[in-house]
Amino acid sequence: MAKQEKSLYAIECRKITKTFGQVLANDEIDLNVKYGEILALLGENGSGKTTLMNMLSGIYHPDSGQIFIGGSEVKINSPVDAMNLGIGMIHQHFKLVEAFRAMDNIILGTKGKKEKNKVTSEKIKEISQTYGLEIEPEKYVCDMSVSEKQTVEILKVLYKGAEILILDEPTAVLTPQETEKLFQILRKMKEKGCAIIIITHKLQEVLEISDRVTILRKGKSIDTVETSTCDAQKLTELMVGRPVSLEINHPPVKESKTILKVVDLTVYKADGTKAIDDISFDIRSGEILGVAGVAGSGQKELCETIAGLMEASKGAILFHKENLLGKTPSEIIEKGVSMSFVPEDRLGMGLVASMGMTDNMLLKSYQKGKGAFVNRKPAREMAEGLIKQLDIVTPGTETPVRLLSGGNVQKVLLGREIESAPSVLITAYPVRGLDINSSYTIYDLLNEQKKKNVAVMYIGEDLDVLLELSDRIMVLCHGKITGIVDTQGTTKEEIGMMMTGENKFSDQEKEAQR
Amino acid sequence: MSNGAGNRQNEPFARVVKRAELSTGKIVLLRLAAVALSLIAGGIFIACVGQNPFVIYGTIISGAVRSVMAFQGTVKVMIPLLVTSLGVTLAFKMKFWNIGGEGQIIFGATCATFFALFCSGMNHVLLIIVMFLAGFIGGGLWGLLPAIFKVKYNTNETLFTLMLNYIALHIVSYLRDGPWMDPGSQGFPKIARFDKNASLDKLFGIQFGWLIALLLVVIIFVYIKYTKQGYEISVVGESQDTARYAGMNVKKIVLRTMFLSGGICGMAGMLQATGSDITLTTSVAGGVGFTAIIIAWLAQLNPFSILLVSFLFSVLEKGSSVVQSNYGLSTDCADVLQGIILFFILGCEFFIRYRFLFRKKEGTK
Repeated sequence: MAKQEKSLYAIECRKITKTFGQVLANDEIDLNVKYGEILALLGENGSGKTTLMNMLSGIYHPDSGQIFIGGSEVKINSPVDAMNLGIGMIHQHFKLVEAFRAMDNIILGTKGKKEKNKVTSEKIKEISQTYGLEIEPEKYVCDMSVSEKQTVEILKVLYKGAEILILDEPTAVLTPQETEKLFQILRKMKEKGCAIIIITHKLQEVLEISDRVTILRKGKSIDTVETSTCDAQKLTELMVGRPVSLEINHPPVKESKTILKVVDLTVYKADGTKAIDDISFDIRSGEILGVAGVAGSGQKELCETIAGLMEASKGAILFHKENLLGKTPSEIIEKGVSMSFVPEDRLGMGLVASMGMTDNMLLKSYQKGKGAFVNRKPAREMAEGLIKQLDIVTPGTETPVRLLSGGNVQKVLLGREIESAPSVLITAYPVRGLDINSSYTIYDLLNEQKKKNVAVMYIGEDLDVLLELSDRIMVLCHGKITGIVDTQGTTKEEIGMMMTGENKFSDQEKEAQR
Repeated sequence: MSNGAGNRQNEPFARVVKRAELSTGKIVLLRLAAVALSLIAGGIFIACVGQNPFVIYGTIISGAVRSVMAFQGTVKVMIPLLVTSLGVTLAFKMKFWNIGGEGQIIFGATCATFFALFCSGMNHVLLIIVMFLAGFIGGGLWGLLPAIFKVKYNTNETLFTLMLNYIALHIVSYLRDGPWMDPGSQGFPKIARFDKNASLDKLFGIQFGWLIALLLVVIIFVYIKYTKQGYEISVVGESQDTARYAGMNVKKIVLRTMFLSGGICGMAGMLQATGSDITLTTSVAGGVGFTAIIIAWLAQLNPFSILLVSFLFSVLEKGSSVVQSNYGLSTDCADVLQGIILFFILGCEFFIRYRFLFRKKEGTK
């Protein structure tokens, strides 16, 4: 019996359960992967995908349930155990030592005597040739692009002899072209007999790469299906639990006047590198300007410069023909330019995690009242209003926002920004990590602002959404604008090309550039 | 299953698991249990040094509150503890690790002493007010210094404030041995006793610092909870990025708060020198700056809890000095007791957030 299992499954999980405090993160989850197979793990945020994978890689320990590797039951108590069992995890956020060369990172944590550089280098090259990876072992990690770093991560686990690979949202930081390259590598690994689990919430990718899909919902494994028998609609239904429409509203632009104009803007980061390199564009009222680009192309710096949090070295930001550069953040807020940035950890900026909704409503307006005391009454009323309006699920206005779920936290953040009735609304990654339903609520909110003639700048990750939601798309690459195009008459591929740095301006913009 | 003993992948005996948020009642119960346990452990310690723990505990409490005079003594111990705890609370609320309460006390006391020694002829009320301000500003400047370096060069405030403690201490030593040495002490290095005009008045037999301390409890509570500046402190403490994003001037807030924090500690120094010691010595702070840190955290930065905790600390300290004179048990033993109590109470914080999960026996479900 055990032997037969060995030939069948690389990993088999039976009734895995894990709780954090009162939260049931994994509830009797069953999951199995064969050797030579790619399994996609699909689920909305908070459905327990990452928790489950962290248990396989020894970071967490299940409360109950059994894990079988190659047919025999194992207990994985630490990442070292996982490594010895041939499980390698590639995390969403790279775990590399920036100041080390690729090869140093790859051999980090391996047992045995350190070999000569040349020997290691040869070994790495051998492995990379087998799987079709491109790498320079002598290159320093800090000099690498995101996709190169990912290659190092993959090599790190292959070098340690992993046969079971877990990738947590590997494509989030890649351009469409780089994603294609990654998929080719994964297919090659599959041919060599590796078992691969890939976590993602991009449906297209699931359909493209996986053999089977396991769907998790609210900590339970709902179903496992053959990918070939599925389409995006069916997968969404399984994920959400009911049929949903995947269309995003796109109200027409009514009138459009330039409100905010960025001219020849150059911004340096604290470490002296150029974050934004001589860019010019404008934001118009009543339209949504989408901003596309690989993570770290200058989006964050652009937001912070407009909001007055970063200093620009050259150029100007004109709001109704008045330069915003040199003004303090509070002056800019007062003028009606609102910026909401949802960082990777969601709470980092914009909300105070340990405070309740009331106190968070106060954040940008607490200075308004007279005297030395804070007036909490209007803030409380506003919080109560938002709870009703946006269906925010919270025990009360004084419950710390860190206890709310991700979707609700983002509704609080965006709701506050909208309540301040801005004339320019800059929002970065507002649907980051949100489930499908909450995402659509956010899109509706943005569209409503557009109808109210607010100029909206939407910085997003998902190109499909950007194409459907925005009126124009601006593409950033290494701090430069590689194109501003109308969404009608452009394609995902074209934008993908621009994300890698190929210039393409629409005729109109070309003229403006001159 | 085949998971035999001796397998290196054996499950660990116990694991730490985060627990669900406990109700307030349960948390209070847990803390009371911790206090009870610490008293038992302390009792074992007392028994080990050959005393009867019940008698000793009884003496500590009765020694602190048995008579009006004893109680006055306890309050006297409490004043600097309470004021300093409130001072460091402001900085801690902002997550600025002000370990320099000690130095701020000393420097505040030193500044006040200048007026006590050299302007003692002034009108009494005016002199007290001037000394008060001197203590506040002196301590404030001593707290401002590390804050300036922090906002300008991002220096480590923990080390900076700690080192300033020693500088303040040795400034007092220098003044004592040199410029401010009491001419009437025949070469013995000490600073003269203050003129009666320069010492604090008494209210109900204790220096009136206790009234100021009590007022300060309310003021700090209102300041943190209801004012704009208090709100700013909380936001900066949570995340400087968020504060900047909200348009706050973080540097200004850090500087202002550290000035206030140091100033209040300096006030404690002034109260101690002019109210209790009636002179300036190198032991004017006497570790209060450090004990205050413990008090502030034990009370979870809540001013009213600080009042309670600092009172309990004072009872322990005053009571153990009585134990020393009655039973010859050194006050160092009281420090050990204090340590034991702290160990249990701080340890119980861990159990409020986590619990242990033990390995199940093989085969059991």
